[in-house]
Amino acid sequence: MTTGPIQFTLNGEPRELPDGLTLLQLLEHFALDPRAVVVERNREIVRRPALAETPLKAGDTIELVHFVGGG
Amino acid sequence: MVAEVSVQDIPFAIGGRTFQSRLIVGTGKYRDNATMVAAHAASGADIVTVAVRRVDLDRTKEDGILYHVDPARYFLLANTAGCYTAEDAIRYARLAREAGFNEFIKLEVIGDQQTLLPDVAELLSATAVLVKEGFQVLAYTNEDLVTALRLEDAGCAAVMPLASPIGSGLGLLNPYAVRTIKHRLSVPIIVDAGVGTASDACLTMEQGVDGILMNTAIAEAADAVGMATAMRYAVSAGRLAFLSGRMPRREVAVPSSPVTGMLA
Repeated sequence: MTTGPIQFTLNGEPRELPDGLTLLQLLEHFALDPRAVVVERNREIVRRPALAETPLKAGDTIELVHFVGGG
Repeated sequence: MVAEVSVQDIPFAIGGRTFQSRLIVGTGKYRDNATMVAAHAASGADIVTVAVRRVDLDRTKEDGILYHVDPARYFLLANTAGCYTAEDAIRYARLAREAGFNEFIKLEVIGDQQTLLPDVAELLSATAVLVKEGFQVLAYTNEDLVTALRLEDAGCAAVMPLASPIGSGLGLLNPYAVRTIKHRLSVPIIVDAGVGTASDACLTMEQGVDGILMNTAIAEAADAVGMATAMRYAVSAGRLAFLSGRMPRREVAVPSSPVTGMLA
């Protein structure tokens, strides 16, 4: 069964992607190295080993953060 | 650099880890990454600070700092810069720890946008939570002794009073207060923010504090690598002067040359 794209919020912006992706596949979609990014889903951190098992769901609020320059 | 020094220093240890350099440097505001990399090397620092921010998903460049700071060479100290509540700071600290480098956090909870002075009530409450979660908390605070004592009681690994407001370059505005904090607390005291040039760093270290954290003074210098080198010397010189014990201040002149044996 195919379903339409799902809507979710990524780093504060509304986004659409096909249903059925995992969070690891979300990172791959944006060509992000999972070792260099921390993922927060609905205000809870998703640890790296769990990314491949955690589905991206409609309505999710996802934050992808990393280290940048700072003092 | 400093050769044949007879004065023995104690190790610079924070939260059970020992570092060689007492100078901690930031990674923000450099004109380009190559300058930052060269400045870091020139500073001799072992610890560099980083911030936690959203990934730029429309990347035109590799903006992650780890492309330019080698975590095998530098100890990464993540900050909670830009957080105005304990809740936000705790969230950022947890994200930073999840990045997987260490459990140290430079805890900043800002209370005022103009001065970037800390909100000490929020800072104390965030400290209590993070210490309980096993973080080594290095708390950015003002130069108030009582706040510093409370932060130590709350379990901070280090207390970081400011020299003057973040990015101001005004230097050490209240040496007495910083010295008092150093005298009264047992945890390391690292002055964070406000140093503008090498003499500020030297004067700060002469108060007996354990280290200095700076970013803008190096990043915004006309020659960042030159200033990083100057800061390295200044921190060493100030530390050595402190350990060597300065002469007393006198209100009268005392001649340095013999007063006898003058020609008739």
